[in-house]
Amino acid sequence: MFVYIIRRIIQSIPALIGIAVFSFILLHIVPGGPAQTLLGQHSTPQRIAAINRSLGLNKPLAVQFWIWFDNLLHGNFGYSYTFNQPVLQVIGEYLPHTLAIVLIAVVLSHLIAIVLGTIQGYFRNRWFDHVITTVVFFFWSMPVFWLAIMVVLIFSIYLGWFPSGGINFSNGGPGGFIGYLDHAALPVLVLVLATVATWARFMRSSMIDSMLQDYIRTARSKGLSELSVVFKHALRNSLLPIITLFGLSIPTLFAGALVIELVFNYPGMGLLFWNAALQRDYPILLGIIMIIGLLTVAGNLLADVLYSLVDPRISYK
Amino acid sequence: MVSQSTDIHMAEEPAAIAEKPMGSRAWRAFWHHPLGLAGVIGLVLIILFCFVGPLIYHASAYTTNITALMQPPSARFPLGTDDLGRNYLARLMLGGQVSLIVGFSVAIASMVIGVAYGLVSGLVGGVVDAIMMRIIDVLLTIPTLFVLLFLDAVFQPNALLLTGILAITSWFGVTRLVRSEVLSIKERDYVEASRAFGASNWHIMLRELLPNVMGTVMVATIFQVAGSIIAIATLSFLGLGLPAPQPNWGEMLSTSMNYMFQNAWWLIYPPGIALLWTLLSINFISEALQNAIDSRL
Repeated sequence: MFVYIIRRIIQSIPALIGIAVFSFILLHIVPGGPAQTLLGQHSTPQRIAAINRSLGLNKPLAVQFWIWFDNLLHGNFGYSYTFNQPVLQVIGEYLPHTLAIVLIAVVLSHLIAIVLGTIQGYFRNRWFDHVITTVVFFFWSMPVFWLAIMVVLIFSIYLGWFPSGGINFSNGGPGGFIGYLDHAALPVLVLVLATVATWARFMRSSMIDSMLQDYIRTARSKGLSELSVVFKHALRNSLLPIITLFGLSIPTLFAGALVIELVFNYPGMGLLFWNAALQRDYPILLGIIMIIGLLTVAGNLLADVLYSLVDPRISYK
Repeated sequence: MVSQSTDIHMAEEPAAIAEKPMGSRAWRAFWHHPLGLAGVIGLVLIILFCFVGPLIYHASAYTTNITALMQPPSARFPLGTDDLGRNYLARLMLGGQVSLIVGFSVAIASMVIGVAYGLVSGLVGGVVDAIMMRIIDVLLTIPTLFVLLFLDAVFQPNALLLTGILAITSWFGVTRLVRSEVLSIKERDYVEASRAFGASNWHIMLRELLPNVMGTVMVATIFQVAGSIIAIATLSFLGLGLPAPQPNWGEMLSTSMNYMFQNAWWLIYPPGIALLWTLLSINFISEALQNAIDSRL
């Protein structure tokens, strides 16, 4: 098991290098390069050459890559033009806000999807299944930003239950932790609605598969109660594919969070990315792309390892 | 059951007939699925609305009218006017054109790339396959929406460039599907037989493998159409999509958000409903198609 984990970590190194190379290429397709961007309208060929020299951009591409990559390995993601701070420090301020809504949303939507999918899979093709399938299909087809607009309209403007954006406590309302939850409620709701559909669909078909297996027939013929058959035998086996899906869904989650943070003006990575895109702050943009790439690789790794821990039928040598 | 055209090939490729992925039976299953018919009707209606609508409803989507800003729906403006006094119905019709054209173009382009890559990787196998698939693994870990936003901010693309960028970033999934199907198909007897007759790799790819992965590819293509339409709308909604003044649904929704607190419901709902209508129709079609292809097994 330990050997397997080590091997998987080693296997994911090429992927990490691949992401680094990809980000480096992205940085170098920027027309005019960072010098042009830094100088803006004050640019002259001499100044551009001076900055290129000071940033080392006049060196051969392979040397530049090595310097950049070496910095990256030492945790140096570069320096933000607009914040005048190291990229990692800026991201460090924004990332926790995103992680907060993503983690709460992931836990909630998994719980809901597992409950819905299990009931649906068990009562396959009955009225409950049909109703939920229809609703889920509806949400599954909705673009995240439209969902966000609808949620703001309903819960913030029509009903007035939650603030429509930001995490600013100055305009009345409760402060502290409660205030934070108050402001995170709608972003979380949108992310849950946007992701629960995929997971419920997946859970339903996984449950249907499990219910057709021989061990379910065995469990029933042993005279176990239906509750025990469903929860102890079918459900536990149906959960396995969900673990893999979770690892693979990390990029989608962050993409969803990007859109949601923008609608709600919520100061997370997505909003940071968008502002950086508008101001052409390339080090921030690439830093975020790198970090999400890293999290994706880590997620896949975690999913593989968890999968092998949970499923005794799988043994890795 | 065997149709006219397959009769002719019977003599040379007996095995291929039983395996025809999108044979008449699958098509019949598709049309008998309630969602299939609903989806096709829905999609046809929205295409008529966007492309034939402007031919019937002669109103400019670009003319601004200072005396009629933010008008709710009336006899003169069936869907009201936006913040610049432009006819919202005319804009809604034109707004769908870009989404639909780019959506379908991206899907077709990315399928061509994805299928070609998957066929070669699966058929050649060995080290080449391993390297080609590791490349896909890396590409799959890249957060697409973020990269799209980055490229959009750098290049400010037109419709053609946007189609290219979206196509290049969206073929990785289908390649995996095609490759895994090819791995199983290439071991079948009829491929072996074809090879024994001295068929080239090209012949095997185009005549034996391609027809048999078409079912999977069609489902993936339809999925991709929906994905691309969402991507364009999202980019435009984020203010980094296609340049003004050409309207599109994402941009219209983005503008309408500024007037949410003034209860300008006629600006918010129409583009959202049009978008949802389109996506639901496409997803209905893909659901029915999936069922039809499964039922042949």
